[in-house]
Amino acid sequence: MFQKFAPGLAVAAAASIVLTSCAVGTGAAGDDDTTYDPDATLSGDLQVMGFGAGDEIATTRFDLAKEALGADVDVKLIEGDLDMQQFLSSVAAGDPPELLYANRDQIGSLAARGAIMSLDNCIDGEGIQADQFVEAALDQVTFRDSVYGIPEFNSIMFTMANADLLDAAGLTIDDVNGSDWDAVAAANEKLMRNDGGKLTVIGVDTKLPEFLPLWAKANGASLISDDGKTAQLNDPAVVEALEFAVSIYDAQGGFSAVKAFRDSADFFGAGNQYATGALGSMWMEQWYLNVLNDVSPDAPMAFDTFRDPSGEPLAYASGSAWAIPAGSDNPAASCRFARVMTEVDSWVAAAQARLDLRNEEGKPFTGVLTGNSVADEEIHGMVTSGGEPWDSGVEAMYEANDNAFSLPANPADAEFKTAWQDAVNRVLNGQEDAQTALDKAQEEAQSALDEAWEKLEAEE
Amino acid sequence: MTSVAARARTKELLKHEHHSPSPAKRRSRRRNLVGALLFLSPWILGFLIFTFWPIVYSAYLSLTDYDVINDPNFVGLDNYATMMDDPKIALALSNTFIYTLLKVPAYMVLSLGLALLLDHAGRASGFFRTVFFLPKMTPPVAVGVMFLLLFNGQSGLVNAGLETIGINGPSWTTDPNWVKPGLVLMSLWTVGASVIILLAALRNVPQDLYESARIDGANFWQQTRHVTIPLISPTIFFLVIVNTIGALQSFDEAYTAFFGSGNTTYSNDAALFYVIYLFQQAFQFLHMGYASALAWLLFLVIMVITGIQFVVSRRLVHYEGEAK
Repeated sequence: MFQKFAPGLAVAAAASIVLTSCAVGTGAAGDDDTTYDPDATLSGDLQVMGFGAGDEIATTRFDLAKEALGADVDVKLIEGDLDMQQFLSSVAAGDPPELLYANRDQIGSLAARGAIMSLDNCIDGEGIQADQFVEAALDQVTFRDSVYGIPEFNSIMFTMANADLLDAAGLTIDDVNGSDWDAVAAANEKLMRNDGGKLTVIGVDTKLPEFLPLWAKANGASLISDDGKTAQLNDPAVVEALEFAVSIYDAQGGFSAVKAFRDSADFFGAGNQYATGALGSMWMEQWYLNVLNDVSPDAPMAFDTFRDPSGEPLAYASGSAWAIPAGSDNPAASCRFARVMTEVDSWVAAAQARLDLRNEEGKPFTGVLTGNSVADEEIHGMVTSGGEPWDSGVEAMYEANDNAFSLPANPADAEFKTAWQDAVNRVLNGQEDAQTALDKAQEEAQSALDEAWEKLEAEE
Repeated sequence: MTSVAARARTKELLKHEHHSPSPAKRRSRRRNLVGALLFLSPWILGFLIFTFWPIVYSAYLSLTDYDVINDPNFVGLDNYATMMDDPKIALALSNTFIYTLLKVPAYMVLSLGLALLLDHAGRASGFFRTVFFLPKMTPPVAVGVMFLLLFNGQSGLVNAGLETIGINGPSWTTDPNWVKPGLVLMSLWTVGASVIILLAALRNVPQDLYESARIDGANFWQQTRHVTIPLISPTIFFLVIVNTIGALQSFDEAYTAFFGSGNTTYSNDAALFYVIYLFQQAFQFLHMGYASALAWLLFLVIMVITGIQFVVSRRLVHYEGEAK
């Protein structure tokens, strides 16, 4: 009997061995054998994935980091934004890069799956001053009381409006900074233009879906609990915030019309929507201030922070972070590299390089938000005047940076984000009302969070 | 009688030869077989490594909980059970079916129309053949980006054209009702390859059949209906199968336009095709095991649809020399 089935069993057993051995994986590999010491001489390879040394802010710090590693460390960049497929393939092959440059909102999922290692030993051993990092940035890379990423850059948004259109409508920046939602709605009506059924001036752009966390926070709600375990997407305050932000589009003929018009603008050129008077007001990340100053220095701009109903500044922060993949062959060099890239001296040197360049070009230096609060303070002092309204813009940027919040790291970042963004898009596209869409999103997000947390707890 | 006996003898000899060829012939056959296998080996190896093995491995992964980072954990049929309760599968499948039903007929009609025109284009045929094929060389990502520009409801070229004839064009890129028709129209941009294949089939239709039809008084449409289409029906059938499978696996253009870099936040449920959902599960949510199960469901769906097409084709496709 056995002889009859023996060949089949042998094939099945061989197939099982081959199949299971294919997926190598690196999960849970740690840095127990690594000694982090800022004075140690390092050697070996350092392959960095997801980082591009594209401008003076990057190259100045990159050169300093390479210098700190010493001549015996061979640094190789896999340039461009982090390609998750590429990273996962390298992990599956058991050959991950030594260092990873990721979005901060990816850190929770990667940490939960053991794809990246805790940096607590790295921070202690290499002497990284974690208390210098902007709190919102550090929160985003802290998962279950351990730090998994070294924050770099802080992206925040603030109010950018067309001063001429505001003046013509008898409005001020206070009417469109978000502090009074009725005032925003009224301003939208006054600023927008619709000629022959076609939108020709966008009154106010509430920048959905990406800024829902900001509108919700301003209304007193967070999309997720502080411990990252409970989705709060159908909280009445979130629903109300979404309804308000969508109503601004509806008053202009719907999101379709606004987005189509927005997409048709020369966003990065001299014909941008502020310069051409095609946009009243919008909330936008700080990098756009540099774009506008560069391509249309005469645009009639007015700036302020986003303000909550009590008039306090508020901003939703995001950014990048350095993480060390589990299975990295050179954690010590990775840690040193991350430290030097994000320490105050490096940022100041990078800012000086940009300042020199801007001086050569005869343009103002508008600052850099580094994710390191000490570096931010020093660089703030280096900012050069570009005259009004740009100086007010820079001040609004720094004020927003000081009042930023972030969503906490969680093990189902991608599913959570997809759930709420899809919900907002369904409302914007007129497929569902805010309550229905957010109820559905709540279910999807909570289910993903529960599954991820349960799995994590079961593994322990 | 002699003739019958001779035929019987020949038959016996042939039978004998068939069952036990001489050693020399056997050696010759073996040499031929080895030679053939050697020539085929690059393809066979490529097929085994890059197609067959991934298929087998994905079947195994579909029975596991696998996040790419940690080792696969065998979970039996759990992934398939989860699929039953996943509402996004129904959404993704219905989007994909609607897109396929819109695209394939439009694609075939346009391909055939252009091929018929080219067939009568004389010397200019070569030039236009190249012109029609060139868009096929456009990377799908570029087509996705172009879709957003050309079909922009406010300032797109398509709506500008419609406006000249008094039609107020829809919001192709944002209105869920118009997203799929828009993508179908955009996909027609790459119709060139089908046109070339149909043109080759048209050139093989015997001219004497047209002459006979003309003598019988058939006009152009009657010739097309009763001569051309039946004689190129195997090619049409082949293209229907290939384009149906392609449409069911649509990914690049819709992903670029609604889910990919540069437009990451403006997803649209109407553009969530099955393979896009599969990709999200695999590479965004890191559910590679579940994504593998999704891939096998798609394989099954494609197999069933192709099977139905083969059954239907028995009545519609005419093969040369075939007794009907």
